[in-house]
Amino acid sequence: MRNGLISGAAIAVSLMVVLLVVAISVGIGDLPIPIRTTFLAITNKLGWTSVTISRIHEAVIWDYRLSRALVAAFCGAGLALSGAIMQSLLRNPLAEPYVLGISAGASTGAVGIVILGLGSGVVSLSAGAFAGAFAAFLFVALLSNGTRGGADRTILAGVAASQLFNAVTSYVVTTAGNAQQARDVIFWLLGSFGGVRWPEFALVSVVVGIGLVLCLCYARVLDAFAFGDEAAAALGVNVARARIGLFCLTALLTATIVSIVGSIGFVGLVMPHVARFIVGPLHFRLLPACAIGGAIFMVIADIAARMLVPQQVLPIGVVTALVGVPFFSVILYRFQRAT
Amino acid sequence: MSILAEDISWTIGAKSILDAVSFQARPGEMLGLLGPNGSGKTSLLRLLAGLKQPRAGRVLLDGKDIRSIPRKAIARRLAFVEQHAATNQNLKVADVVKLGRFPHRSMFSGWTAADDAAVDRALARAGMAGKRDDRWQSLSGGERQRAHIARALAQDPSELILDEPTNHLDIQHQIGLLSLIADLPVTSIIALHDINHAAMFCDRLLVLKEGRIVAEGTPRDVLTEEMLREVFKVKAQVDLPSADERPHVHFLRPAGNE
Repeated sequence: MRNGLISGAAIAVSLMVVLLVVAISVGIGDLPIPIRTTFLAITNKLGWTSVTISRIHEAVIWDYRLSRALVAAFCGAGLALSGAIMQSLLRNPLAEPYVLGISAGASTGAVGIVILGLGSGVVSLSAGAFAGAFAAFLFVALLSNGTRGGADRTILAGVAASQLFNAVTSYVVTTAGNAQQARDVIFWLLGSFGGVRWPEFALVSVVVGIGLVLCLCYARVLDAFAFGDEAAAALGVNVARARIGLFCLTALLTATIVSIVGSIGFVGLVMPHVARFIVGPLHFRLLPACAIGGAIFMVIADIAARMLVPQQVLPIGVVTALVGVPFFSVILYRFQRAT
Repeated sequence: MSILAEDISWTIGAKSILDAVSFQARPGEMLGLLGPNGSGKTSLLRLLAGLKQPRAGRVLLDGKDIRSIPRKAIARRLAFVEQHAATNQNLKVADVVKLGRFPHRSMFSGWTAADDAAVDRALARAGMAGKRDDRWQSLSGGERQRAHIARALAQDPSELILDEPTNHLDIQHQIGLLSLIADLPVTSIIALHDINHAAMFCDRLLVLKEGRIVAEGTPRDVLTEEMLREVFKVKAQVDLPSADERPHVHFLRPAGNE
């Protein structure tokens, strides 16, 4: 009972932190907007208040910055969830959609849609990203011998997949694309929140929201994987079904996110480790902590991407990698010593 | 009737690991599985636990083919303790033991007082009650093994399958663990390396050699000097103290380089 209260309070506080960083993110840009104005704009819209605020402020908040900040939050949450699921299923601290090539596959699919001129709406891009993500997923599954191959094989197959699909993306763009499309490839390889609006928010919030609920249903199954596939099976888990279902879920999350903001690395890698450090390894707490932590991290990364270089926006992947790579090195170092 | 193996065979690639193995575990007995390295002990235990399906033959659990029983239903009555079950997660001992309640809960059912009681009972039986809040990475090998046993007991099994559970334990913990298992009111099938421990604790023994059962019966019947020479390639002298005591094996040092 007391534990429940503490968890509830922790979730409430961290959700407030999410709101706060989102509000800070909305306030930053060529036109700075005070946090108070941002909150008033939201409460006005909800009909709770009717305070007069600047029309320009209101337009900037609603038309550009709020959707961007919220999309960043949901993308961070989704990537962190995917990373946590993959690390638990593969029992490897380095697993995440980016390392396993799922992100690269999704990029290739989305780029293919653009270059082949099959349309450029959110829906057709997403379809292309899904196709690419699942192609990468199948490639990794086949190379690692389905559910029978060991986790190490899966990681190796994933590295091969990400090399292959990134090469295909670059090849397609440099041979078939024009100069503008060549510039756009940077977007798919490093990610960007530029240009995301409410339709993107609707898609990503629904997919990540459903994803979170589904993986919370699987929290105990994920716990049962702690001692490996065989131990999970001996506890009564249908290992093949759980693995395929959860991998499809991560592929779906990743593909949706990549189709909207390009492939962003290292959030899925870093956040589960941070969350595990704070709330421990049990998934019923770990997964919400990952989602909230990922949201906060991504919104802050987006703020940094816009502020680090004046008059310029860095690709978001550059920022997450600048934080992620040193962290990755620490994990590698500790992993080596632990085994 | 408890576990019944009917002509089960297992291969890896073209290599035959188990060849038409048949036997029956009687309810409540502690059945020891002996055999040199590579004789198929681990494979046999996996087939008995339903983790792998035999290439031929079948495993029956109370007369029902294990293939026809859902995984979760198997786990509610049969617990398996692997030989090397490691994790990189820094779980608490109590969390590991709680995993044993997994097959008893549905996806949405909450944690009940019955679950709590089962976990407490299992921790106490395995002698790990005082360590329930310790973290996995801080445990010794013996404590980890006992935590696994506690996890298996939390499943409330009527059958317990253990693959060399005393490996890497000091002698005190080996004896402690085996007498714990011998005192449990369950049918246990246990692969062992130490022949004298098998003689001390098991009700019956099975001896595997190259995937076939070559001896079966009470320790007195099975542990003969001839069997030890044929199967394990060692010279030994077997003491049979009195009519109803258990045998004791003295291994003899090979004479020179013959």
